[in-house]
Amino acid sequence: MISIASVNPVAKLGAGLIVSLFLIVTIDGVSAGTALVLELAIIAFLGIEPKRFWLRTLPVWAAAPLTALTILLYGRYDGTVYFEFLLISISDGSIELAIATFLRVLAIGLPAVVLFISIDPTDFADGLAQRLRVPDRFVLGALAAVRMVGLFLDDWHSLELARRARGVADRGRIRRIAGQGFALLVLSIRRGSKLSIAMEARGFGGDTPRTWARESRWATAEWCTLGVGTLVGLIATVVAVFTGSWNLIVG
Amino acid sequence: MRIEPGERVLLLGESGAGKSTFLHALAGVVGDDEGEAEGSLLVDGEHPAAHRGRTGLVIQDPDSQVILERVGDDVAFGCENLGVPRDEIWRRVHHSLDQVGLDVALDRNTSALSGGQKQRLALAGVLAMQPGLIVLDEPTANLDPHGVTEVRDAVIRVAESTGATIVVVEHRVSVWSDVVNRVVVLAAGGGAIADGTPSDVLSRQGEELAARGVWVPQFPPPRPQRMTRPAQETLLTTHALGVGRSKRAVAHPHDLTIPSSHALAITGPNGSGKSTLALTLGGLLAPVSGAVVARPMLAAGAGEHPIRWKSRELLTRIGTVFQDPEHQLLTSTVRAELEVGPRALGLDKAEVDVRVDELLTRLRLDRLANANPFTLSGGEKRRLSVATSLATRPRMLVLDEPTFGQDSRTWSELLALLARLVDEGSTVVAVSHDREFVDALADSTVTLT
Repeated sequence: MISIASVNPVAKLGAGLIVSLFLIVTIDGVSAGTALVLELAIIAFLGIEPKRFWLRTLPVWAAAPLTALTILLYGRYDGTVYFEFLLISISDGSIELAIATFLRVLAIGLPAVVLFISIDPTDFADGLAQRLRVPDRFVLGALAAVRMVGLFLDDWHSLELARRARGVADRGRIRRIAGQGFALLVLSIRRGSKLSIAMEARGFGGDTPRTWARESRWATAEWCTLGVGTLVGLIATVVAVFTGSWNLIVG
Repeated sequence: MRIEPGERVLLLGESGAGKSTFLHALAGVVGDDEGEAEGSLLVDGEHPAAHRGRTGLVIQDPDSQVILERVGDDVAFGCENLGVPRDEIWRRVHHSLDQVGLDVALDRNTSALSGGQKQRLALAGVLAMQPGLIVLDEPTANLDPHGVTEVRDAVIRVAESTGATIVVVEHRVSVWSDVVNRVVVLAAGGGAIADGTPSDVLSRQGEELAARGVWVPQFPPPRPQRMTRPAQETLLTTHALGVGRSKRAVAHPHDLTIPSSHALAITGPNGSGKSTLALTLGGLLAPVSGAVVARPMLAAGAGEHPIRWKSRELLTRIGTVFQDPEHQLLTSTVRAELEVGPRALGLDKAEVDVRVDELLTRLRLDRLANANPFTLSGGEKRRLSVATSLATRPRMLVLDEPTFGQDSRTWSELLALLARLVDEGSTVVAVSHDREFVDALADSTVTLT
C-alpha cells in the first residue's frame, strides 16, 4: 500500500489539477475512459477503506449520470435521431457526447475527492504559505475562519431553537430563515472581531517576517505525486490521439 | 498611574468604567478608528503597539481566542509571528504547556478541550511569547468552578516562575484577592477611586464596591426571604428520559416530577448534558428516548408532549432563557424585543403596553427602552432575555446558566425576581454551576454526572 495521507497537500492539489487540465482541453470518451481506468487502478493501491471511498465519492457517482442525461437529451444534434420531443432530441451525436461527459465527470471528480479526503486544512495552509508563497495573512486568516464554521453551526441551531421559544416559529418560514441568517451574520462578525483581536494580541500582522513552527515538506513523494498525475494525463491524451478521437476544444 | 515590573494588579470597577478598553490598550490592540484617546499610555516607556509580544492578552470568551486547530500550533502561533526560530518555538511550546498544566498531545484538536483547558491554552500561547506583562480580561467568567480554579492556579504558577507583571480584571474578588498584591478601582467617569493593597482597599472600600456590583467576600449580595408554600400540583414529569442533540443520548436523568410553585436546579460538570436536558424540558429538543409529559395543569389543552406544541403555545406554558442572550434577540430595540411574545399571543395593544412597561421598570430597563439590544452590557442583556420570557407569563421558566459572568448586583436582582416568581406560583428550572445561587433558590436539585 502507498500512503497518500502524508504527501504534501499542495502536491495532491497539483496532481489533481494536472489531470483535469489534460482532460478539459478535449471532449472525447477515449481520453476520459483511459484516465479513469488508470485512476481506479491507482486508487485501488491507496488502501482507502471501501466504505469511506463510496460514501465520499457518492456525489460524483450521482452527478456523472445526471450530467450525462442532460447532455443526452439536449446535447449535440448529429447523425441518426432516435427520439424527438419539443426541445429534447436523442441522436448519435448526443449519445456520444453523453458517454464522454459521463466518463469525464468521473475521471476529474474521483481523483479530486480521493486526494482531498486525506487533506488536513492545517497542512494545506502550511503548504500554501511556505511552498506556493501565498501571503500568510490570507492563509492564516482563512484557516482561522474555517475553524469557526463549527461554531456557526452550533449558533444556527441555537438561533432556531430560540425562535421557537420566542413564539415566532409557526409561520413565515422563509422570512424567519432570512432573519435567522442575518442574526448569524451579526454573531459571526462579533466572533470574527474577537478572534482578530486575539490574533493581533499574539503579534499577528506585525512587520517581523514570520517563521513556521513546522516545515511544509517537499521531497521525492511530492514530485512522484505530480509525476503520476502528469503520466495519467499524458497516457490518456496519447491513447486518444492514436485512436483519432482526441479533439482539441480550445481554438 | 504607574505599574512596576512584577506587580500583580486586580482591576475593579463597575461596567462601563473602561476596564476592558484599558487592557486592550495595554496590549496594543486598540485601533485608531475605535473611539477617541487622550493622554498617554506607555509600556516600557514606549507606545504599546511598538512592542508586539511584550504584552500578552487573555480574554473572557474561550471559544473566540482559540486560533488554530491543533494544540501545539495554537501555542506556537505567537512565536511564529514574532519570528522565533523553529527549534526555539517547540522548546517554548513544551515549556509553556507544562507551566499552565495542560497535559495533552500537541496534535490534540483544540475544539475538544473544555472551557478551562481552552483558557489555559490561551495563557500558554501568551506565555510562549515570553511577555513581560500579561493582562487578563475576566479570564474565568465563563467557566465552571473547576475551570475557575484551574485557570487561577495556572496564572499563579506562571507569575511565580516568570516574574511577569500581571493585570487582571474580574468581578469575583475572592478568586484573585490572595494572588494579587495591588487592587485598583476605576471610576466610571475616569481615574481611580481606590488604589492599594487588597486588604487595605477591601476594608476601606469593600461596602461601596459591593454596592456597585463587585463581589467582595466580606459583603455578600443579599439573598431573598423565601415563603413556605402549600402542597403543589404536578406540572411536568419525565419517564426513562434520554436527552441529546443528535440521535445519541448524552444524559439519562432519573425520572423527574416537577410541581408548580417550585424551583428545580440542574447541576453537574461541563459536558454532562445539563443544557440539553433544559432544552428538552423546555419543549425545544425532542427526547432521544423516553418522554417528557406535560400534566393537564401545564398543558392546558395543548396535548401532553411539549415538543409537539406550536411555538405560540409554548409562550404561556414554558419560557426558555438561553445561556447566550444574543441567540434569542430578534429586534432592534429593547421595547420591541419585549413586545414580540405578547404580540405573537395576539394581545391587544393596550395590554401589550401595560406588560412591557411593567417589565421595563421591574428589570431596570426603562431608560434603555429605545436602545439596540446588541449594544447592552452583559448584565442588561441577561435581564432583557429574562424579561422577554416573562412578558408572556409562562407557568414554567427554564433558564440556562442565568448568573454566568454577572456582577453581584444583577445576581441578587435576578435571584430576588426568580424567588418571587416561585412564591407567586410559577415554576423555575435553572441549570447552574453557581453554588450560592442554587443554595439560595432551589427547592430540589438534579445532579447529572
